Amino acid sequence: MMTNVSRRPALHRMFIYAVIALVLLALPFVVDVTLGRAWVRIMDVALLFVMLALGLNIVVGFAGLLDLGYIAFFAVGAYCYALLASPHFDIHWPFVLLLPLCAVIAGGFGFLLGAPTLKLRGDYLAIVTLGFGEIIRIFLVNLNRPINITNGPRGITLIDPLAAGGISLSQTHTIAGVTIAPVHAYYFVFLACALATIFVSGRLENSRIGRAWVAIREDELAAKTMGINTRNIKLLAFAMGASFGGIAGGLFASFQGFISPESFTLHDSIMVLCMVVLGGMGNVGGVVLGAVLLTALPEALRHTGTLQQEWLGTVYVDPSDLRMLLFGLALVLVMLFRPAGLWPSAVRKREFVTDPEASAP
Amino acid sequence: MNEVLLDARNISKKFGGVQALHAVSLTIHRGEIYGLIGPNGAGKTTFFNVLTGLYTCDSGAFRFAGAPLNTTAAHAVTQQGIARTFQNIRLFANMSVLENVMVGRHTRSRSGVIGAVLRNRATRDEEDAIAQRAHELLRYVGIERRANDLARHLPYGDQRRLEIARALATEPKLLALDEPAAGMNASETAALRELIGNVRGDGVTILLIEHDVKLVMGLCDRVAVLDYGEKIAEDAPEKVQRDPKVIEAYLGAPIA
Repeated sequence: MMTNVSRRPALHRMFIYAVIALVLLALPFVVDVTLGRAWVRIMDVALLFVMLALGLNIVVGFAGLLDLGYIAFFAVGAYCYALLASPHFDIHWPFVLLLPLCAVIAGGFGFLLGAPTLKLRGDYLAIVTLGFGEIIRIFLVNLNRPINITNGPRGITLIDPLAAGGISLSQTHTIAGVTIAPVHAYYFVFLACALATIFVSGRLENSRIGRAWVAIREDELAAKTMGINTRNIKLLAFAMGASFGGIAGGLFASFQGFISPESFTLHDSIMVLCMVVLGGMGNVGGVVLGAVLLTALPEALRHTGTLQQEWLGTVYVDPSDLRMLLFGLALVLVMLFRPAGLWPSAVRKREFVTDPEASAP
Repeated sequence: MNEVLLDARNISKKFGGVQALHAVSLTIHRGEIYGLIGPNGAGKTTFFNVLTGLYTCDSGAFRFAGAPLNTTAAHAVTQQGIARTFQNIRLFANMSVLENVMVGRHTRSRSGVIGAVLRNRATRDEEDAIAQRAHELLRYVGIERRANDLARHLPYGDQRRLEIARALATEPKLLALDEPAAGMNASETAALRELIGNVRGDGVTILLIEHDVKLVMGLCDRVAVLDYGEKIAEDAPEKVQRDPKVIEAYLGAPIA
């Protein structure tokens, strides 16, 4: 498939990629020095949200199935990792085994949610998925009796960090004179995972399966009569989206070292949905942008207190109140002025050669 | 020419108290253009929906190309070689014209998630073949230069053509057209008539629901007339036109 990009001189393209790679590699260290270590941590979380948002984008953006309980799959992945790599059951499986398992189990839960909701669309589906998200969370809260599985609201602590061959990401390493703290190391792992997610999403978008998802979003009945097995293709969307969330959940558990049901509330589901909608539903680039912005913005708005102090001499409004107010205002403004999202899925002008005879490579 | 392609036997369908179809039987021969006409509410579209698996019939069965037709799922019907268009056009509005036709190739291609992610040789070849076939079909119906436009930006007549191209992409043996000329002006209808003739010329059997009497009479080899869910006539168009029962269905009974 010929795209605009591939027409550019290869050297030019290589140069752009090299610059992007360098920026991404240097970013955590630059941010560490300029903004402080807390912001490196926020970047790590942003990358997790990129993965989550891209997973939800498959369900909501591509297949058009409104899912308000998506965070449940993040929870399933996180608990899957936590239970099998912590002193809670004294099981310590390696992450290379656990992360794929998180994806599979979360995918299975996606299937479980998809199967009974196949005939639902729009608001009805939204209500059911919302309920599903809450059910999972409430299970996590209450599954400490009679057998203690999830340790209830107290959550699971001392979760194993990512480690391989005796090198643990929870320790600070020095490689070639560069000090790499855990937040840096996790940044690179999450970056790799996020890039892989972006890659997979992009490939799926421009494929037979991706077209089938979009066709279902556009007109499910017509999609059926075009020979698309809408049941299987929708289940596939749920399972794929959920598995992305599952991997992100596993990484989250290892990164935090502690998880509790509180991290997986309806608010978090809505947040991820906001990232997808605000960034540009269906467009991989837009969704990534939405995830990064919506992770960074609430954090940046924590500093409204110091700004008030500097500009106005005294703190008039409690920054924690102002923060969510401004955040909400930002959402409203974006939706008013860019209803299709910040970076909407453009009319993909794929450069199909008009003469098929000449298109043979 | 006289080989039976589709054989519908005693198809009945009831909606609540309304008998939409009452033991309708008809046979369509390979290579013909078969018209299905009748006053509004006669059950024509219901018959289409039952045939294409969107509704399940209460009783009756279809045989298609010498085997029983599985109408339990719409996608299975398409797989078996029946494609359709809709009375009210149902395109994938926000996909490009080309993508609309490419979706039609879904059932004749097979690459899945793993192929899509790896984009290996087989997947790339299949994608190229899908795009090439889609281009051919767009050229066939005469809208190739609009390939990269969004489907909803096409003028009405071209949307009809796109729907036909999309249906043809599924490689149907039988193409069921639900009022393809509805809302078209005279020149668009003439062009449509030529297109339908060409499709038949290429070996696709056509089942046509149409209100445009001139189109039906000029194009169809045989015509069936439905009235209140029952087939009241089936014959060559010029004979059906003179059938008193048909005239009565359309115009009402003569005053005794």
